[in-house]
Amino acid sequence: MHDKIRRGAAGLAALLLAAPAWAAGAKSEPKVVDPARDWDHLWREVIVDITIIGVLFAIVTAWFIWQARRRPGNEVGASPRLSPASAVGWVVIPIFVFLSIDLYTAANGWVLWNTFRDVPANRLEIKLEAGMYSWDYTYPNGVRTQNQLVVPAGTPVVLRMTSRDTLHSHYIPDFRVKEDSMPGRITYLWFNPTKPGEHVVTCAEYCGVMHGYMAGRIIVKAPEEYAAWMKGEETSLAAASIPAVEPATATKPAKLAAKKT
Amino acid sequence: MMNLKEWIFTTDHKRVGVLYLIGSMLAFAVAGIMALLMRAELSTIGPTITANPTQYNVWLYTHGAVMILGFQIPALTGFFANYCIPLMIGAKDVAFPRVNALSVWLFYVGVILAVLTFFIPDPPDVMWTGYPPYSTITTGNTAMYSFTVLILGFASIIGGVNFLTTVAYMRAPGIKLNKLNIFVWCTLAAFVLQLIFVPVLGTAVTLISMDKYLGTNFFDPTKGGDVLTYQNLFWFYSHPAVYVIFLPFIGVVYEIIAAHARNMVFNYKMVVYGGVGGIVLLAGEVWVHHLYVSGMADWLRIGQMVTTLMISIPVGLMMIGLIGTLYKGSIAFNTPMLYALGVVFLFLIGGLTGIPLAVPSLTIGVSDTYYVVGHFHYVMAVAGTFAIFGGVYHWFPKMTGRMYNEFWGKLGFWITFVGVNIVFWIMMDIGVEGMPRRYYDYAHFPQFEGAHQWMTVGAAILAVGFAIAVLNWILGAINGEPAGDNPWGSPSLEWTTVSPPPHGNWPSPPSVAEDWHPYGFKKG
Repeated sequence: MHDKIRRGAAGLAALLLAAPAWAAGAKSEPKVVDPARDWDHLWREVIVDITIIGVLFAIVTAWFIWQARRRPGNEVGASPRLSPASAVGWVVIPIFVFLSIDLYTAANGWVLWNTFRDVPANRLEIKLEAGMYSWDYTYPNGVRTQNQLVVPAGTPVVLRMTSRDTLHSHYIPDFRVKEDSMPGRITYLWFNPTKPGEHVVTCAEYCGVMHGYMAGRIIVKAPEEYAAWMKGEETSLAAASIPAVEPATATKPAKLAAKKT
Repeated sequence: MMNLKEWIFTTDHKRVGVLYLIGSMLAFAVAGIMALLMRAELSTIGPTITANPTQYNVWLYTHGAVMILGFQIPALTGFFANYCIPLMIGAKDVAFPRVNALSVWLFYVGVILAVLTFFIPDPPDVMWTGYPPYSTITTGNTAMYSFTVLILGFASIIGGVNFLTTVAYMRAPGIKLNKLNIFVWCTLAAFVLQLIFVPVLGTAVTLISMDKYLGTNFFDPTKGGDVLTYQNLFWFYSHPAVYVIFLPFIGVVYEIIAAHARNMVFNYKMVVYGGVGGIVLLAGEVWVHHLYVSGMADWLRIGQMVTTLMISIPVGLMMIGLIGTLYKGSIAFNTPMLYALGVVFLFLIGGLTGIPLAVPSLTIGVSDTYYVVGHFHYVMAVAGTFAIFGGVYHWFPKMTGRMYNEFWGKLGFWITFVGVNIVFWIMMDIGVEGMPRRYYDYAHFPQFEGAHQWMTVGAAILAVGFAIAVLNWILGAINGEPAGDNPWGSPSLEWTTVSPPPHGNWPSPPSVAEDWHPYGFKKG
């Protein structure tokens, strides 16, 4: 299914997009796929387009209104009678104009959609369980964190998400991405943290009384720092799981609480 | 005139219409106050006027549900349809006057149920969307939500049956289908959509109450249900509901602009078949754009991106029709015309800012943020409300036989126009920056506090503007100047009878000449 969508999009894009966009995609040097950067690019383009359309439309309308104000000699409207041909023309021509804008936008949006949905192979897979009101992440090696996701810069991160109670939506404004999580289904999103830094995570789907307080952080560390951090986590995980004969459940919540800060 | 019993037992479509207007304006006041309370709460980070997030969520629920189900839909398909359609087609009344009376009193029951929210111990806090699983596990009263929706939906369905029959069978001789007012076409289309889609909403809200109170598991995946099914059912109605609001309000705007520009509607058949017909055809195929980040199948998101973008075609044709009607008109800047022109510009902003939201890959960034809230307030909430206010001003002389005060009318318009642009432009702006919607508090977005304060100021300004308009109506109805039967000089049929029209509308049945047209303005 993905491949089909991708091929269709590529075809549409080839037909409709300007040559430069095509050429940029064909450059040979290895390109870092960054959906957030592509989002900014398309967003700016669409905003510029609709601003131009809107300003032109508003100016023409304002001009018509001013020209047609009621004054002596203009007591009743005098709009031209349309011939059948021009009446049809006023339907067909706008349809083609609107439809071409629509398809152009759709083609661009489709290409970006594939970027958002096709996860690179060198990804870091994280499981996310959302709940009222926390984000619980599990790394491939079993390390768990809450409301704080530490990731290495330069590695794409994919979240496989579900929820233990109501709907939640893992929204990272800086990476321009969100997707709902819910009980009974696994959804995903991915982002590419290119530089070290901190990013807010916030819940974007009304999930209950404390919805507005359901926040977390994504901390992007340089790869070496990340490796060091992960090593420490693994050690404490191992330490925590040694007394497995003891009630393990008692240690887990304490560990999660400690992570909160 | 002021005989209460006569009003309660009335079957006169005009009085039923006025009852709808009074009820929906009360609903507007309640829901508007909720908006002001929310804006007050959000003016600072942390608790401002309430320390209880549930209180805020109840305001939010009430604002959304009452504005849409208690104000806009009843004002447009209740008041305007009732008051104008029989007059516009030269009928004495609607086809089923008693059913009409039933529908308005059902509407009042629905509004009273919605207002009872403030007097029960656990008011609903499920947003107007009522998404499970939250709506099935909350301590809030989800049943209240379900019953309010069911009653208002039922009132609307029987209204729809009534008006479709009325227009089909009760047109005066000589009023052919291509001589119907644009408003009549628009409202018929809205009722067709209501008849098709309201039952789906009824199903959805019934199922959540069954899940919550009767132990069924339609939406509980641990027992074989599915969470997303509700969202599909809900938006399968609630996107067409946007057109149930849009179509009548743009119809009102057409009536105002044609009458105050004294001009023939531009390319009538394009507007009716291309615009109204196109919207009806596309209305049911675009709901997934509300679910672009809900975890829907990718092929559905891509497919409905195309259908959603195609909505620009019928809507664009309707905008061309409006602008063409202004072209070479004779425009008087009366208060109703100011509101109608306001709608043109607000709708332009709202429509264009909707284009990125038709694209799933752009929506993935701004969905569920203030950008969406700003967009739909421009395109539907504020544009629709301006059309309603303009329409009330436009038919005010017909309803009361008196004239409103032109100075206060214009002042109210400009104050409101400034207010809405402050609130909703800033809202879209911080939405793109990442401000999520439905937040009682935004402690982790401290950078937006200034913007929130500006929006609170804007909300106070627009409230003043609306209050001036409503006071203007009340005072005008009591002691305005006599307006005469046809102050705007319109050939549309409702202006040919006396103001206010008597029971039965015309002293003798109206008939129209061969060359008559509702927009055939003549010199002299």
